[in-house]
Amino acid sequence: MSADVASSHSEEAVYVYQAPVRLWHWANAGSILVLAITGYFIGSPPPAVGGEASASFLFGWIRYLHFAAAYILIIGFVFRVYWAFVGNTHARQIFLPPVWRGSFWKELFHELTWYAMIAKEPLKYSGHNPLATLTMHVMFVWGIVFMICTGLALYGEGAGMGSWQYDLFSSWIIPLFGQSQDVHSWHHLGMWLIVCFAIVHIYAAVREDIMSRQSIMSSMFSGWRTFRDGRPADDGH
Amino acid sequence: MTETFYEVMRRQGITRRSFLKFCSLTAASLGLGPTFAPQIAHAMETKPRIPVLWLHGLECTCCSESFIRSAHPLAKDVILSMISLDYDDTIMAAAGQQAEAIIEETIEKYDGNYILACEGNPPLNQEGMSCIIGGRPYLEQLKHAADHCKAIISWGSCASWGCVQAARPNPTQATPIHKVPGLAPKPIIKVPGCPPIAEVMTAVITYILTFERFPELDRQGRPKMFYSQRIHDKCYRRPHFDAGQFVEHFDDEGARKGYCLYKVGCKGPTTYNACSTVRWTGGLSFPIQSGHGCFGCSEDGFWDKGSFYDRLTDIHGFGIEADADKIGGTAAAVVGVAAAAHAGVSAIKRARQKGGEN
Repeated sequence: MSADVASSHSEEAVYVYQAPVRLWHWANAGSILVLAITGYFIGSPPPAVGGEASASFLFGWIRYLHFAAAYILIIGFVFRVYWAFVGNTHARQIFLPPVWRGSFWKELFHELTWYAMIAKEPLKYSGHNPLATLTMHVMFVWGIVFMICTGLALYGEGAGMGSWQYDLFSSWIIPLFGQSQDVHSWHHLGMWLIVCFAIVHIYAAVREDIMSRQSIMSSMFSGWRTFRDGRPADDGH
Repeated sequence: MTETFYEVMRRQGITRRSFLKFCSLTAASLGLGPTFAPQIAHAMETKPRIPVLWLHGLECTCCSESFIRSAHPLAKDVILSMISLDYDDTIMAAAGQQAEAIIEETIEKYDGNYILACEGNPPLNQEGMSCIIGGRPYLEQLKHAADHCKAIISWGSCASWGCVQAARPNPTQATPIHKVPGLAPKPIIKVPGCPPIAEVMTAVITYILTFERFPELDRQGRPKMFYSQRIHDKCYRRPHFDAGQFVEHFDDEGARKGYCLYKVGCKGPTTYNACSTVRWTGGLSFPIQSGHGCFGCSEDGFWDKGSFYDRLTDIHGFGIEADADKIGGTAAAVVGVAAAAHAGVSAIKRARQKGGEN
């Protein structure tokens, strides 16, 4: 928050999101979209189709798309975790919110006042602001881990005993929740959690892109964070 | 010495030919290869009958009703002769003091060697006073019999999971056998279902007698040979599910054509049982075949999962009963409206600021 504009810090753009992170972001977003839509239809199927059963495979295709998108999401997420280790410091931000730091909570409070329209201007970050970091960590990272685990448990039911999905997931997750129907219900609730996250995420990204002191939307395309004023960023990057 | 199964069968007028047919049918229904039929025959010819105490707690006797209708392993006479069913108050001739005395007699005579078959479960509240057998709480009888048995069979959903008497709010605190506090740690096999399929019950007993051990169990203690797949996995209406052909109402064209019952709440995709393969009443039919969805009677707590005609579980704790879609949809709508309102206020604020700057 230093007002020392005369310092040697005079960057205008920072490379934040490395190419693999950006690629993952969009592949992930696409698969979540497909998963949410097909998932909703699996829970509440579209009106019945007529004709011979052998002539159509509508529900089969809906489920196939769901499973295919799920595997893309899972492989992407595993890669994303790997990239958190080998990528730049920004790549591990959403996995490790510095909750042990007092300043994290102080700045998070400031961000809340900014969203409550009390603070006049937000702090400036090249990475995520603390509120965004925490939301992504809790709602997205753990939300996706939950969906991957319950999803594989449900998939393992169809794959059957002896499949790795059954042995690694179904065999303990289904008794943990009680029974299969409970896992279905929680998987469903998880979808709505991700939908809520997506709404907040997209709204906040658009709003910050317009009203904050740094670029948001274009950064997830180009990787570069540009700034609207010359004062230094608050997260020291 | 107790008679062998074979001797009993012959005494009852069953031919050797019928006996061998029974052995091969049993081998098939147990999922064993044809080479196991002679093994079963050998076991039946040489092994003494294992004494079974069949105790009834809080239950409706549907397990017994199902059991006596077993079609392949032959008929009820045979299966009742295979085991030495020393006590089963529903079907035994003796009554009153005479009947109750048999329990003690069996426990003394076969200490540590008999099978305890539990139909129903004990209520724990008021020291078990909600279920009295022969003047004593069933809870005491169960614990006493369990102390001296070799193994326990939990018949049906009552003994396995709790079933209707354990449904919310469960005023008597009816408790499934494996959760009864202070029960001797004996191996328990669960054969859930309300009731379990007759052939499944007899096959489980046959397996235990033949091999003198439990069949392979899953993590929840159910025999894998009958409970490793969902009704859905082997449902004859599955092609309609994959095609997207569903019954929307019980009186529509789809119902007449035998479409998939998924949208009218069939629990086949979440229920582990053998109904779609073994079927009921001697392989005649099963619920889905008769046009009604499965309601998941062999699953834990199936009474408390909301409507039998809805696929989403009711989630309690929100004041009103709601399912995942209602809760999630409401949450998403609230978040959406909040975001829109916030956007509106932000826009006004920004317009004012800009106005001030000009």
